[in-house]
Amino acid sequence: MSDYVLMQGDEAAALGAIRAGCRFYAGYPITPASEIAEVMARELPKVGGVFIQMEDEIASATSIIGASLAGVKSMTATSGPGFSLMQEAIGYAIMTETPTVFVDVMRGGPSTGMPTKPSQGDIMQARWGTHGDHAIIVIYPSTVQEVYKYMITAFNLAEKYRTPVVFLMDELLGHMRENFKFPEDKEIFVFSRLKEEQLKEEEVFLPYETEEYAEPTPQPLVEMGKAKFHVSGLIHDESGFPMANPEIAGGLIRRLVEKIRLHADEIAMYDEYMTEDAEILIVAYGITARSAMRAIRIARNDRIKVGLFRPITIWPVSRTRLKQLLSRIDALIIAEMNLGQYAHEILEMARSSTKVKLVNKVSGELITPQEILDAITEVQSGIMGYY
Amino acid sequence: MKTKQLLKYLRIDRWPTVWCPGCGNGIILKAFLEAVDQLKLKKDRVAVVSGIGCSSRATGYLDFNTMHTLHGRAISFATGVKLARPEFKVIVMGGDGDLASIGGNHFIHACRRNIDLTVIVFNNMIYGMTGGQYSPTTPEEEMASTAPYGHIERPFDIAKLALSSGATYVARSTVYHYNLLVKYIKDAIEHRGISVVDVITNCHTYYGRYNGMPQPYQMMEYFKNNSVTIEKARDMSEEELEEKIVIGVFRREEGKPCYLDRYEEIRKKAMKGR
Ligand SMILES: Cc1ncc(C[n+]2csc(CCOP(=O)(O)OP(=O)(O)O)c2C)c(N)n1
Ligand code: SF4
Ligand SMILES: [Mg+2]
Repeated sequence: MSDYVLMQGDEAAALGAIRAGCRFYAGYPITPASEIAEVMARELPKVGGVFIQMEDEIASATSIIGASLAGVKSMTATSGPGFSLMQEAIGYAIMTETPTVFVDVMRGGPSTGMPTKPSQGDIMQARWGTHGDHAIIVIYPSTVQEVYKYMITAFNLAEKYRTPVVFLMDELLGHMRENFKFPEDKEIFVFSRLKEEQLKEEEVFLPYETEEYAEPTPQPLVEMGKAKFHVSGLIHDESGFPMANPEIAGGLIRRLVEKIRLHADEIAMYDEYMTEDAEILIVAYGITARSAMRAIRIARNDRIKVGLFRPITIWPVSRTRLKQLLSRIDALIIAEMNLGQYAHEILEMARSSTKVKLVNKVSGELITPQEILDAITEVQSGIMGYY
Repeated sequence: MKTKQLLKYLRIDRWPTVWCPGCGNGIILKAFLEAVDQLKLKKDRVAVVSGIGCSSRATGYLDFNTMHTLHGRAISFATGVKLARPEFKVIVMGGDGDLASIGGNHFIHACRRNIDLTVIVFNNMIYGMTGGQYSPTTPEEEMASTAPYGHIERPFDIAKLALSSGATYVARSTVYHYNLLVKYIKDAIEHRGISVVDVITNCHTYYGRYNGMPQPYQMMEYFKNNSVTIEKARDMSEEELEEKIVIGVFRREEGKPCYLDRYEEIRKKAMKGR
């Protein structure tokens, strides 16, 4: 008997989360993320967890932060309109350094937009949706198998860096069924939280103290359980209590950003396809990367040296690797189902002599392999000097 | 009770508070601590969750597990805490703006779910923290910084809102009626299911100043002279009750299963594979 099953993306997201230790889910129905809630409603009570359908996305986002601080790994899932409503809470999770996972199965926007059509329109909202300076981790899988795998990574990174992690999915991936194999236990690492008893006194009472500024590794999360526990969205010192002197304020905001920025190479995940000899590089993520791979296979038949860089963490992206690749290519194609939200992040690293072609689409349809192939042909003719 | 005995529940190192001298918030805080002390609750197993506002700063001064959250969202944060850690007594504190305006939706839904939280509304009928704007409980015709010609909206009666949303314990007191306040908060904490205590309190700095009662004692006198018990109110006409504060226990329904009791049934069904 084959180990493979047919699995939907949304279902893989829910099951991956449970495998990662998620035991609290709060959500509000929205296409195309509702199936995640439905699977959670069915599965969480079996493992002693709690599912609750809240009155809106604000309540969903805030209750998962409450549950996480109280000691239970938790997540919510939504789509564009709901993701907009969650932004204030995401900022609170950043400020209070609360591990949480926010899934956004994207649909076409703005506003109600195209509820059942794919879009990659929330790239910038995932990065900058909440107000104020901050850093964030955003993971973006391409296949159902990856949804499961990287959902576990999302929970691990949330715990390790004490931060909310945004998990972006394409509408198409959420609803698509693909061959899927449950990974074996030995292939999986799950970050477990420290318990109160394992911590030193000062770790309990100074939950935000870090070892040294240059390496602002977060302290393990101290969950609720000691009367000294206090969190606040106000600027606070390492005890968690409000303290608004300029030095502390500046230090806190910088540390919250640096703890991600300085560890970007550790956090960043990416995939490459046929980049060894590539003269043309395609940058694409999520479902669009799959069209790109198909286009690359066709182009390679014509001996066109083209490859793919696919960021899996779109924030932070591996600048180290990307700069290496960008330093040796002639042409760059950035394909995304939006009007160029990610392009400038990449272009900033490209050499000025690189020929650039953007492939953008906001019609609620996928970018097809043919469209990417056309872009390849176009830049190729440019390189060959016919253009 | 002597205040000294209650010091162990306070983070005195965080004193002085941000509150104006004479603010009613301090009275509510003391009543709460007295109730906790009478119930002999373990500090480490009490969580207090607040939103944003003058009243919501209370959590910084209380030595329990405390969360100072977002404006209006204390109830939903607290819902997460309670469902994650049922063994905790979870108390929500917030202002009338926090709990009945921006957080009004969470308020009614928590009542409907009968989730085991105690909600203490610091109802000063005004937005204190932001400088005296009208709130959903500001009475008609009263003045506020955003109602310079008098307020034209009808106020919410928080007790009635809780009752009609299905809350299983609902009481109201003013800060003048201190002993009642202690008793209601104590009963509310003991109650299994959602309990709401609407506490009418003084923001003399804004509400009082705009409405001819700039001193705390003037507001206290107002509360004293204008409160009627729920028993007495039953024999009074609607006109007679206008501008009166009805105090007392509006509902105490014990033995009704709370959200977690019901969820336990779900778990059993799910584990049986149904
Ligand atoms: C989303 C959001 N909107 C507005 C505010 C500004 N704000 C802070 S406190 C407050 C109202 C406080 O009134 P209330 O809840 O009655 O508390 P009080 O200060 O009277 O105790 C407002 C509007 C905010 N912090 N967050
Ligand atoms: S402004 Fe009003 S509510 Fe706020 S501390 Fe002063 S008196 Fe109290
Ligand atoms: Mg108020």
